[in-house]
Amino acid sequence: MDLDKLSRRTVLKSAAATGLVTALGARAAHAQAPLVVGAIYVGPRDDFGYNQAHALGIAELKKVRGVKVVEEENVPETIAVQKTMESMIQLDGAKLIVATSFGYFDPHMLAMATKFPQVEFRHAVGLWDEKKHPKNAGSYFGYLDQAHYVNGVAAGLVTKTKKIGFIAAKPIPSLLRNINAVLVGARKNAPDATVTVIFTGDWSLPVREAEATNALIDAGCDVITCHVDSPKVVVQTAERRGAMVLGHNASQASLAPRGFVTGAEYKWETIYQGFAGNLAKGEKLPNWVRGGYDLDYVRNTAYGAAASEPARRAADAAIAEMKAGKPIFVGPFKDNKGTVVGTKTYDNYAPELEGMNYLIEGVVGSTS
Amino acid sequence: MDASQAAAPAPGGLVSAGAGARFRQAAEYIAIPLFALAVSAVLFSLFLLALGHSPDEFFSLLWRGGFGTAFSWRNTLQRAAPLVLTALAVAIPARIGLTIIGGEGAVVLGGLAAAAIAIPLAGTVPTLVLLGCMAILAASVGAGWIGLAGYLRHARNVNETISSLLLAYIAIAILNFTVEGPLRDPGSLNKPSTPPIGRENMLAPVPGLEVPWALVAGIAIAIGLHLLMSRTIFGFAARVTGGNPRAARAQGLPVGRLIVLCTAIAGACAGLAGFFEVAAIHGNANAALAAGYGYTGILVAFLARHNPIAVVPVAILFGGIAAAGGLIQRRMGLPDATVLLLQATVFVVLLASETLYGRLRIFKARTPA
Amino acid sequence: MSDIATLATVLFAMIGGAIRVSTPFLFVSLGECVTEKAGRINLGLEGTLVLGAMAAYMVAYETGDPWLGVLAAGCAGLILGVMHATLCSLPRVNDVAIGIALMSFGTGLAFFFGKPYIQPQAPRLPSVELGGWIGNAQLAEALTINPLFFIGVALAFFLRWAFDNTRYGLLLRMAGDSVAASRAMGVSVDGVRLAATAAGGFLSGIGGAFLSLYYPGSWNEALSSGQGLMAVALVIFARWDPQRCFYAAMLFGAAGALGPALQSVGIVKGYYFFNAAPYILTLLIMIGAGRDGKAARAMPSELGVQR
Repeated sequence: MDLDKLSRRTVLKSAAATGLVTALGARAAHAQAPLVVGAIYVGPRDDFGYNQAHALGIAELKKVRGVKVVEEENVPETIAVQKTMESMIQLDGAKLIVATSFGYFDPHMLAMATKFPQVEFRHAVGLWDEKKHPKNAGSYFGYLDQAHYVNGVAAGLVTKTKKIGFIAAKPIPSLLRNINAVLVGARKNAPDATVTVIFTGDWSLPVREAEATNALIDAGCDVITCHVDSPKVVVQTAERRGAMVLGHNASQASLAPRGFVTGAEYKWETIYQGFAGNLAKGEKLPNWVRGGYDLDYVRNTAYGAAASEPARRAADAAIAEMKAGKPIFVGPFKDNKGTVVGTKTYDNYAPELEGMNYLIEGVVGSTS
Repeated sequence: MDASQAAAPAPGGLVSAGAGARFRQAAEYIAIPLFALAVSAVLFSLFLLALGHSPDEFFSLLWRGGFGTAFSWRNTLQRAAPLVLTALAVAIPARIGLTIIGGEGAVVLGGLAAAAIAIPLAGTVPTLVLLGCMAILAASVGAGWIGLAGYLRHARNVNETISSLLLAYIAIAILNFTVEGPLRDPGSLNKPSTPPIGRENMLAPVPGLEVPWALVAGIAIAIGLHLLMSRTIFGFAARVTGGNPRAARAQGLPVGRLIVLCTAIAGACAGLAGFFEVAAIHGNANAALAAGYGYTGILVAFLARHNPIAVVPVAILFGGIAAAGGLIQRRMGLPDATVLLLQATVFVVLLASETLYGRLRIFKARTPA
Repeated sequence: MSDIATLATVLFAMIGGAIRVSTPFLFVSLGECVTEKAGRINLGLEGTLVLGAMAAYMVAYETGDPWLGVLAAGCAGLILGVMHATLCSLPRVNDVAIGIALMSFGTGLAFFFGKPYIQPQAPRLPSVELGGWIGNAQLAEALTINPLFFIGVALAFFLRWAFDNTRYGLLLRMAGDSVAASRAMGVSVDGVRLAATAAGGFLSGIGGAFLSLYYPGSWNEALSSGQGLMAVALVIFARWDPQRCFYAAMLFGAAGALGPALQSVGIVKGYYFFNAAPYILTLLIMIGAGRDGKAARAMPSELGVQR
């Protein structure tokens, strides 16, 4: 297991180090005109969630000397995003495009990467494949399931009903993985705990998210968490109902002074700072960037009022485990229909986990 | 509905005799919109000045982003393309007196149907045959969906405005269910989609011009529908029905059939918009098919006074403003909603300017024509 | 969970959902009902709802008083209503088209000025607890009701009565049914329609305030997701009867709660269709109730007349 990871990291490092001095690098080195980076968001930048987390990270890029960032928000996952990229390249002279939404990758970013081989494209979450995709494209991602696992560990020790509620947008692997990680974490100390999932069907539906929160609390869940673009409504509704809350994406601690336990947060700034470092030195950006607690790509929000002393201690221990690379998904395990889906223990970097299309035993919900 | 509806003059539907009068009327149809555009530019400049932004910079960016470079034109036309088709989906039923606001439903189901038929066919038939089958199926499914609203209107007296809107929401549920369930490509991980139709089968832009085929098709269909509505018995009967259904019935016109046909034509247009999204842009069906083109089309159609030809320039104006939006956001730090507000201002003023037609002295014949 | 407990959970969720979710639909459809009774269609109330939601949130946050926010939302809606009525009183200007353009205008204004208010937390409107004595937490929650709901319900029944029994109601209906008759009585049709559209805008703005200040109680750009447009359509479903607007809104709210409630008790297959339940149900009811022509007869005859 460790060997596996070791080799992957070595590959990553060497990829970055041997990176050719591309047109991109040469330009940054000469540093007459600033190097323009275009950042694209699917929602508003201050949504208390996904886009905000990215925008905070991008803010770090802006601090790099010789780098100029142009940003566009509320760009839908249609031809509009292709045109935004092209506009950033043609009219602003962008040399690096950072596309942050899941749906931007295929076909939009791939089409633009093919059309503009001299521009670098990086996408959050997408699965860049060396064999299939252009060399000037790439993807980066933080393994948020590690922070959700820590959430789960804390939740298992604070829940009284042993029922955790999860409001989810769509049944896609990166989201199912978070749900499953919460369950695994919770069962560490509460073996009979369950996670009940409600899929709302889209990334931002405030009324339905509030309805789902109420429905979960009414069904007996006393800890609520979510994976939607903007968790503000879920967190506020749960707080109002007196339930405990686990955050997602960015810090929502201020929204739930009574019920906040902890939250799973991306630390995109680590990744973006890495990119900035590459740019400043004139290196080629790595095509494939992945990491979790071990590389400081994710974190947990500072404990809130609802985090009991045992929960804090257990969560701290879980964070230490994650940093040490202890696997979350220990096999064999079944999905919630009784089929064995995990025959072995998966390393946290295992590519199989990025294709997770099931909910594991103990999760109440269906992927379709 | 009232008889005055049929009498409502439409641009292009000129009936006057003399060449001088014809010229003056044509001048009116150019001068008044230009005047309205100028007024909205002044209003918006005042708004920007009040907020401490430079109107000069704003409008030069608007020009540059929408029309100033070859890329900007491509961007504009690309954004206009689906709007021509979805606006036609509103304009045609409007001629028979129906307000259809659920074109979005036909867009998503048309796209879904096109992607679905490609699953068994892709790779087994030539590209042109595949695209032809996809287009025909998309248009048929769209026609059936909006035609259903027309049928319900005729057969069950269900108001078509509300039923088409409800059907749009139901269509989006069907799309999401299908792409995440029965037709999901197992390889589409974080973006549930149907299996790809294949890069080699996708529709490239018109060679040389880099204009999307959707726009070419939209213009051709707009011209065809204009001729259908103005030069054929069918069109005449439809307009009579739009003016006064009771009188039309009394005259023995097949009102029910006309209603269903007009709504079906509308649905076919919107369904084709869905086909082009799948065939030229996404290469599969996914949730992004519900991008709101159906709703934007309503505004375009009303602004074009439901004239199929006028739909084209209005859609291009709309596309241009949208295309410049990103540049304005990036360069001036203005919110993305700025262009929405500009569009709205332009449209409110343009619509209000309709009151000027026939009332300005300079466009009036000095002697009776 | 036993079957009865499951059923009770779903049922209580639907009651609660009907009360929580229905209020914005109710206010917008009442507003549109008043406007349409006077013979004008204002299709732009979606924009009014969104602008109202933003204005309410902004004012509530800046002043600390949510009720001032409600007032601000009403005033924002009123201004859009007056704009609509004034423009439509010009000859040859089409009310449906202006409505759609104002929908973009209201939404654009709200998004433009609303950016700085996505983050902050505005004070929330208070609520009345009616179910504390029952001893069932879920039912108690369902019966925790915002005063705006009561105002909306009272207004629905009042408007229904006022349309039939007051001078103003008569003037309003006359403007909607026959311009000629109104003119013969020496009534300014444009004046009546101005008042009706302004009132409609005011009510819709308040519907928006409910969204941002009570439930879900937050301002962001995805807040409405088309509720205003749907509420306008519901007026046709309700056959231009305020009382039926109330029933329609309740039905819509209850059906909307069905999707999340079923998933919370473990009925999870096909949630997209459960989530679409309000639309499917409304369509089925309309198909079932069709044919008899009641809807067509109830429609104010000046509606849809193109100018």
